[in-house]
Amino acid sequence: MFWQQFVNWINLGALYALMAIGYTMVYGIVKLINFAHGEIFMFGAFFTWWFMTALSIPFPLASLIGIMLASILGVGIERIAYRPLRKAPRFAILISVLGMSIFLQNMARIIWGAEFQIFEVDFPYPPILIGNVIIPVKKIFILLTSFVLMVALAIFIQKTYLGKAMRAAAADREAAEMMGINVNSVITLTFVIGSALGAVAGILYAINYNSIDPIMGFNAGMKAFAAAVLGGIGNIYGAMLGGLLLGFLEGTGTGYVSSMYRDAFAFGLLILVLIFRPQGLLGEGKYEKPIKVR
Amino acid sequence: MKNQLRLDDHKGGSQPNAVSPLKSPLIKVAELFGFSKWYTKVLIIIFCLLIPFIVHSNYAMRVIIYIGLYIVLALGLNVVMGFTGLLNIGHAAFYAIGAYTTAILMVNHGVSFWLTIPIGMVLGILFGIVLGFPTLRVRDDYLAMVTLGFGQIVYIVANNWMGLTKGPRGIPGIPAPTIGFWDWKIVIDSYPTYYYLILFFVFLTIYACVRVRNSRVGLAWMAIREDEDVAAVMGINLVYYKTLAFGFSAALGALAGSFFAVFQTFVSPNSFTILESVIIITIPILGGLGSIPGTIIGAIIMIAAPEIFRAASEYRMVALGAFMVLMMIFKPEGLLGKKLYEQTYKA
Repeated sequence: MFWQQFVNWINLGALYALMAIGYTMVYGIVKLINFAHGEIFMFGAFFTWWFMTALSIPFPLASLIGIMLASILGVGIERIAYRPLRKAPRFAILISVLGMSIFLQNMARIIWGAEFQIFEVDFPYPPILIGNVIIPVKKIFILLTSFVLMVALAIFIQKTYLGKAMRAAAADREAAEMMGINVNSVITLTFVIGSALGAVAGILYAINYNSIDPIMGFNAGMKAFAAAVLGGIGNIYGAMLGGLLLGFLEGTGTGYVSSMYRDAFAFGLLILVLIFRPQGLLGEGKYEKPIKVR
Repeated sequence: MKNQLRLDDHKGGSQPNAVSPLKSPLIKVAELFGFSKWYTKVLIIIFCLLIPFIVHSNYAMRVIIYIGLYIVLALGLNVVMGFTGLLNIGHAAFYAIGAYTTAILMVNHGVSFWLTIPIGMVLGILFGIVLGFPTLRVRDDYLAMVTLGFGQIVYIVANNWMGLTKGPRGIPGIPAPTIGFWDWKIVIDSYPTYYYLILFFVFLTIYACVRVRNSRVGLAWMAIREDEDVAAVMGINLVYYKTLAFGFSAALGALAGSFFAVFQTFVSPNSFTILESVIIITIPILGGLGSIPGTIIGAIIMIAAPEIFRAASEYRMVALGAFMVLMMIFKPEGLLGKKLYEQTYKA
């Protein structure tokens, strides 16, 4: 029974981790929360669903298109809600991104309706049996996809030239600019990658629960943000660890407390982490003095 | 520094010439028409008192009462967001605490409405202090997330604690409050009486906000808003003044909640979602953060506009989101607000 539950937890944790990476990457460079990340997550799933049902495109192609559109959406968010406000106080940017999130969420509600939609992807293989634990193929698919993407991202950040530029821009934007890095393109790239991962997380989440709705991004986004903070925001490995840990804690916590309070649990954890260890598990230094970007 | 901080809205500060770049043109127009003179204020008060005799449609009265309710809510939020510069995306939580306190005490325990108001406000203040405490350690977006989480927790608890709040079914049948002595009694259950009740709360709130803004406390809040580090160096106790701001704001939120409970005679978690908080946030943003008249005008526009465009009601939230983005890009100081120090001098 424990192992059966464990499979569920780690699945959920991987999804949170994938989404938390998007938050943490954007935060690392722009030093601001992307409130609209949950909406990218939702739009990724909805685009895929729409291409699958309305245009009957097969799932692999539909999901690719969905991820691409979600990335474009992410870049659009950056262009509209962040870039014109780069020199404005942080307060103003926060409100504009929050407005963006409300706008997108309600756009989805108008386009696709407020109801749940069924998101069905067939995996024509029998579930795998390990000992007495039954693992459906879709769970393995979710787990494999997320881990492959996480490893790929880690390699990209550590080994490639662009990854190096991203790390430089995150460490000190002005110094990076002086070294000849085009920080604007790096920011765009960050939004592309972060949004793509968010969209993948959205699609995997939809596969896991077989349903999508316009407000799915809100709760999942809050939890992924809690995971990112738990791991230490700005730190990609922290986001991975935080996501897996949150999935595990939520799973075990729900066992003891009522399942109704499952959502409240993540928010409570977020508040506690922010009060007692704002830099998170893997974060460095004190949050008290945020890096002044200007 | 002192003049900049004091110059806020219609009062104009003590040396208007020295700080003119901070003034919004709308404020200058308002001053030209004598909006800061005492007789204008008296005229406005008399007009407000006469509204039930002018407006006879119940629907219009309902909208006007809602405007009053949102003025109280938005002025409460303005204390935290406008005066102190802390983003709070969970103001509906205080609103919910006030509404549920009144509903539960009146329905289950038969407590008088007038007694539930201070109880609700004290509870609100306690939660406000609890929420304000983390502001010592977290700033800006982190604080936004903490308040968002807090609002969501209150909503989840209201939705799930069946024993206390009856969950999603809500608490119906909240009795009408009465006022009066011995034989002379008025039951507050018709639109004009509700209107005078909320008008009293609105005046009380405006008076409290103006007084606190012009006090030492208000100056300390504004100093924190303009630059937290400098304020701390100047000897302002950040913990004390920030929690005070949250407590003050929460008390006003709870007051609005108490009124909402008796006005609606029904309380359910659906009235206190995150979208409610967002609607409340947009009001001071539209009117101008930190400006009391601005917030009042913002509430009138934000609540009346969706009623005028009822046909397109499903686009309301979309328009609200787009409006927040556009407002921040083109006019972040709002209709009657002044530019923040940061916007004027640093950028």
